[in-house]
Amino acid sequence: MSILLIAEHDNSELKADTLKAADAASQIGGDIHILVAGSDCMSVAQSAQKVAGVTKVLVVDNACYEHALAENMSALVVSLAADYSHIMAPATTTGKNYMPRVAALLDVEQVSDIIAVESSDTFKRPIYAGNAIATVQSEYAKKVITVRTAAFDKADLSGNAELVNIEAAASTDLSTFVSHELTKSERPELTAANVVISGGRGMQNGDNFKLLDGIADKLGAAIGASRAAVDAGFVPNDMQVGQTGKIVAPDLYIAVGISGAIQHLAGMKDSKVIVAINKDPEAPIFQVADYGLEADLFEVLPQLEAAL
Amino acid sequence: MKVLVPIKRVIDYNVKARVKADNSDVDLANVKMAMNPFCEIAVEEAVRLKEKGIATEVVVVSIGTKACQEQLRTALALGADSAIQIETDLNLGSLQVAKLLQKVVEEIQPELVILGKQSIDSDNNQTGQMLAALTNMPQGTFASEVNVADGKVAVTREIDGGLQTVSLSLPAIVTTDLRLNEPRYASLPNIMKAKRKPLEVKVAADMGVDTTTKLNVLKVEEPAKRVAGVMVESVIDLVEKLKNEAKVIA
Repeated sequence: MSILLIAEHDNSELKADTLKAADAASQIGGDIHILVAGSDCMSVAQSAQKVAGVTKVLVVDNACYEHALAENMSALVVSLAADYSHIMAPATTTGKNYMPRVAALLDVEQVSDIIAVESSDTFKRPIYAGNAIATVQSEYAKKVITVRTAAFDKADLSGNAELVNIEAAASTDLSTFVSHELTKSERPELTAANVVISGGRGMQNGDNFKLLDGIADKLGAAIGASRAAVDAGFVPNDMQVGQTGKIVAPDLYIAVGISGAIQHLAGMKDSKVIVAINKDPEAPIFQVADYGLEADLFEVLPQLEAAL
Repeated sequence: MKVLVPIKRVIDYNVKARVKADNSDVDLANVKMAMNPFCEIAVEEAVRLKEKGIATEVVVVSIGTKACQEQLRTALALGADSAIQIETDLNLGSLQVAKLLQKVVEEIQPELVILGKQSIDSDNNQTGQMLAALTNMPQGTFASEVNVADGKVAVTREIDGGLQTVSLSLPAIVTTDLRLNEPRYASLPNIMKAKRKPLEVKVAADMGVDTTTKLNVLKVEEPAKRVAGVMVESVIDLVEKLKNEAKVIA
């Protein structure tokens, strides 16, 4: 068996998602190669060399991979596929974009968002917003898999893999990058943070999210939101934690003014410790919280900031 | 410009899915069904393109038993012009669905195909990307803004950490994210009108597509339950417990 794991990066840093997907890959077993496709991405490749269990890092440094457009990424991965039994990527918005395209070009059904490896061909994955867990077996010669990174631990950086430069595959101009607008924040990314504090509809408006800032600063936390808060226009969608947003599993998750709809729970219920602050004692969030505080959030948030 | 919108009939958004006692699947008997929420956003976007004079015709398609005609009629009531049901009683995976949709694309030659980014039952997030691969079209997934002009579509995508805008040559595939639009409700006159709009039925088995799967569902289980913890009385109490009991803050 041999596994091709496609690295998630921003051309300068290897993302922790890749380390977590590498943990899933090593549970499958066999030779693991990491593909780093990007532009001026040598520092990423050098980090990838250190990922434990990886024997080879394939690096392709070409402008056509700078923004990881699905059309070019999938053509590249398919050109390398012959040598591998498993093709894996973290289930980030980048991986979710190109991997099904890879799978279709290989005429294989993809296994999305795995949360456990049962054997080299059998995996567990959540369905129905995490209300059920399916165990699925792929009988395809090639397994195309995306990994829900919150379900795995980071691989160590104790390795020393061989670095191999490879050629770019054919690229297309059917799709071109125009611009991006990245949220600038001193805070950790939601999916990588050890502590996450999220606000829901109970926050009442976008301005009130500032009440979470001081607490997040003290805890080194990322700030998230429920879908209700996003739908109401309080905050942008990239803050959304839930089935249709980001899936997080930090050491500490603090839910403020969030009722605990199924779709939100699907995004955070694997957190180690959950705290819920809500003035409604019947809110379903209390049923999954380790510590519940029935209180008006506008009263207790300043108190919490002061107490930390 | 012709726009094709594939839609899926799924468990209603507000209904909690329950696993069957024999762990074979989720129990959908007597459960309220509805159009997948992301598909509703796709229909809305197509109808808006028509209202702006950019799209000339909106065709909706759904794959399943006769029951999915209900969701097709809903889409017609929301403003789609015609519908196609691809009849099958098989529970198809994303790849097989994409292959059937490929046949529809070849037949009706849309310049834009808009799909939901994922269905809330299988949560695969695959069909749009796979259809793009099979038809060799560019893709703009997880769209929060769509602008069609000069033979191209600019798609602003919701990505981890922000937004990305790509420009795609038409024909192209777009998949919808939450903030793209807020779907309208169908008015009663439009619901009545929808009953007279054309709905063609095709049979999946006659479309020359291999619908066999090599992805077997071995079992479906309830997720591990989290047990409710304790209620604390005050912020001071909470911070003390997080420090000394849970040891998650210093």
